[in-house]
Amino acid sequence: MSWYCMTRRLGSCEGSRRACNSQFFSGHIYYAGMLFASRSFCCLGVRTYQLRTDLLSRSIRLAASATMAFRPKNTRRIEGLDSNVWVEFTKVAADPSIVNLGQGLPDISPPAYVKEELAKAAAVDRLNQYTRGFGHPSLVKALSQVYERVCGRKIDPLTDILVTVGAYGSLFSTIQALIEEGDEVIIIEPFYDCYEPMVRMAGAKPVFIPLRYKNDGNSASSADWVLDPAELANKFNSKTKAIILNTPHNPLGKVFTREELQVIADLCIKHDTLCISDEVYEWLVYKGNKHIKIATLPGMWERTITIGSAGKTYSVTGWKLGWSIGPQNLIKHLQVVHQNTLYTCPTPLQEALAQAFWIDYKRMDDPDCYFYSLSRELESKRDRMAQLLQEAGLKPVIPDGGYFMIVDVSTLNVGLSGKDDKQPYDYKFVKWMITSKKLSAIPLSAFCGPETKRQFEKYIRFCFIKSRV
Amino acid sequence: MSRPVQARRLEGIDKNIWVEFVKLAATYSTVNLGQGFPDFPPPGFLKEAFLRALSEENHMLHQYTRAFGHPPLVKILAQFFGKLLGRELDPMTNVMVTVGAYQALFCCFQAFIGEGDEVIIIEPFFDCYEPMVKMAGGTTVFVPLRPVFSRGELELIAELCVKHDVLCFSDEVYEWLVYDGKEHIRIATLQGMWDRTVVIGSAGKTFSATGWKVGWTMGPNRLLQHLRTVHQNSAYHCATLAQEAVAQGFQRELMLYGKPDSYFVQLPEELQKKRDWLVQSLDAVGMKPIIPEGTYFLVADISKFRSSVPDVPDSDEPYDSRFAKWMVKNKGLAAIPLSAFYSEAHKNNYNHFIRFCFAKEEATLKAANDILQKWKQEKTSP
Repeated sequence: MSWYCMTRRLGSCEGSRRACNSQFFSGHIYYAGMLFASRSFCCLGVRTYQLRTDLLSRSIRLAASATMAFRPKNTRRIEGLDSNVWVEFTKVAADPSIVNLGQGLPDISPPAYVKEELAKAAAVDRLNQYTRGFGHPSLVKALSQVYERVCGRKIDPLTDILVTVGAYGSLFSTIQALIEEGDEVIIIEPFYDCYEPMVRMAGAKPVFIPLRYKNDGNSASSADWVLDPAELANKFNSKTKAIILNTPHNPLGKVFTREELQVIADLCIKHDTLCISDEVYEWLVYKGNKHIKIATLPGMWERTITIGSAGKTYSVTGWKLGWSIGPQNLIKHLQVVHQNTLYTCPTPLQEALAQAFWIDYKRMDDPDCYFYSLSRELESKRDRMAQLLQEAGLKPVIPDGGYFMIVDVSTLNVGLSGKDDKQPYDYKFVKWMITSKKLSAIPLSAFCGPETKRQFEKYIRFCFIKSRV
Repeated sequence: MSRPVQARRLEGIDKNIWVEFVKLAATYSTVNLGQGFPDFPPPGFLKEAFLRALSEENHMLHQYTRAFGHPPLVKILAQFFGKLLGRELDPMTNVMVTVGAYQALFCCFQAFIGEGDEVIIIEPFFDCYEPMVKMAGGTTVFVPLRPVFSRGELELIAELCVKHDVLCFSDEVYEWLVYDGKEHIRIATLQGMWDRTVVIGSAGKTFSATGWKVGWTMGPNRLLQHLRTVHQNSAYHCATLAQEAVAQGFQRELMLYGKPDSYFVQLPEELQKKRDWLVQSLDAVGMKPIIPEGTYFLVADISKFRSSVPDVPDSDEPYDSRFAKWMVKNKGLAAIPLSAFYSEAHKNNYNHFIRFCFAKEEATLKAANDILQKWKQEKTSP
């Protein structure tokens, strides 16, 4: 006969403790993890249930007759966060006959040596098992070397770096570590769509500020889209915990200048605000432009988390490896989140990435370094796409960085009224373009807060890291 | 900053035994039976599948795949586990792939646990359950484990879940590692349970590839939909290549299910031998092992070795933790103190047990035996 005790509160079942303990040591243990989540237990003091196995059949009969309709209720934190533009549009564009220039994934091959390093890593037995949680040692070492060179400061691989599941995971770890209810987070529009739901999931309030088109000229460049410094200053207050910066910018391709970054830095310092700097496209910067890390501006290192991505650096989005770099007193909190969410990232991929970084670190003075050669390859694709779009009568906004281009489609005057008027124009346009032109893109209003959707609904976003371009 | 920079949800969850014990093992151990991972490789067919995937001319396997799970993987998981769960599973709505079973657990807590919720955790427990509940704002309720999770006991749990309208998160990562002809019973197959259970599995444990970090959740759509919401707002995609290889691994296992060539037959056979070997080894030196019916861990009573590690009165640290640290530093043998798997309130109830992982090559187990034999001799010689 085996006794099974269940208590409703922390505490032991006094009456049967002796019986329980003796069984524990002399019997066998089946190690299984089971967790029970309850909403409906009410507290009436300690109640213990002791059911002997000979009473089980009676209990089971009772249970069978008392089957309640189960109403699984999700938590408040994910309320309203279920929809997602990608889920909608990748489904629509999954048809192979459609040219997919929507989602940002390269269809060019990663460099051969990157694939070779992965094959080498996977052949080593221990590299198929767990590695260090906060980042595989050889990878964090390589990252610290590359970024020490770029930032011009010492970066401790163990305390100043966290490796995550993509830059997405870094954004999540940063926001979960440092943002909570009562906080406000400034998000620049248009924005990579996950920023808003992640801020909301952390219980905080997103505060939007749009980039505004400053020119009336014909040849639009991403540099024409700017923040109004006075408008930006107004968004900061005592509740502002952080601002999310994305440079080079998705979807516009804007590369923030030193002066623009200084405006943001000044406000961060004045209001003691953190800066979450999403720099996944850091290497994809075109002629005449320079990527500047806001963390290198005076007073910014101690308040900035800089996020990078292997997927964008090496054209391996499916490897899902990213990293956060910053001061120990901030990174340590991201590490706590990481150890309580997925603990460690895949080993062979991290090892391969480390080796790839060493190869390119050694040639950072050489134009053949992949960080520069990819950028050159993409610049010609950018120019080709811009030309094609202009010939078709459209107005592209030429990006200074990244691998996306936004296009003003209003010039085509495609009449789409009457077709589901609740949807913004660009959503309707993309759906029409998919069915009638077999070409897909992403509507720009997906990257905007509720107030500015109308402002951006005449634009759609194309990705040009494609072999066809 | 005048107020703490970090969010309150991190309160009380910053400590982690692995950070400490993995570092100790890396620094001092010559024989590591501590952290749970095999020191033998994943099976050849799985490594080959990975190599094939990464060198495919198509190369699109190096790019994003479907966020909720690579289609070939969710399809085969639905097929394979549909049979075992006795129902038709839709790969798109009843299965979600995660970054290891660890992230599956995280999604469950974030999706369903909030302030005011209680979560019952059976002790001893895989240590991440407690901080994950805390991070979600929930309250933990601990119940001590009793011997043998027989069908009778699972039915009792099921009855209580149904009666009180409770969810069940069933961590079954060691589902194939069951010995002595015992049967792993899936609680989701019991009456009234499918609708309220999330089943969690792991490629790392199934295919001896812990470093691949591929896990999955299975359950009814009305529960999985909320896991998908958490997943799409946290990690979003899981790495493609390993998913492709794991899918091929499952294809093979589906064909060989129940046959002697099946990895799911061979692995437990191999591990049972290793278990018996380690049990014998520990018995011989006076550490009293508790024979496990499943997983690749066993727990041993170290009372007879107490003399090697002096008691420190009024110490905050449980005895077994100090013992394990002393052992790795002085004997080079790494193991994990059992108190690490207990709640704060109960840590000192079971403080003379340590946990060994026996998913190790013969040479490793022999080396462990040598250390133990030598230690025993040192104790008994004048």
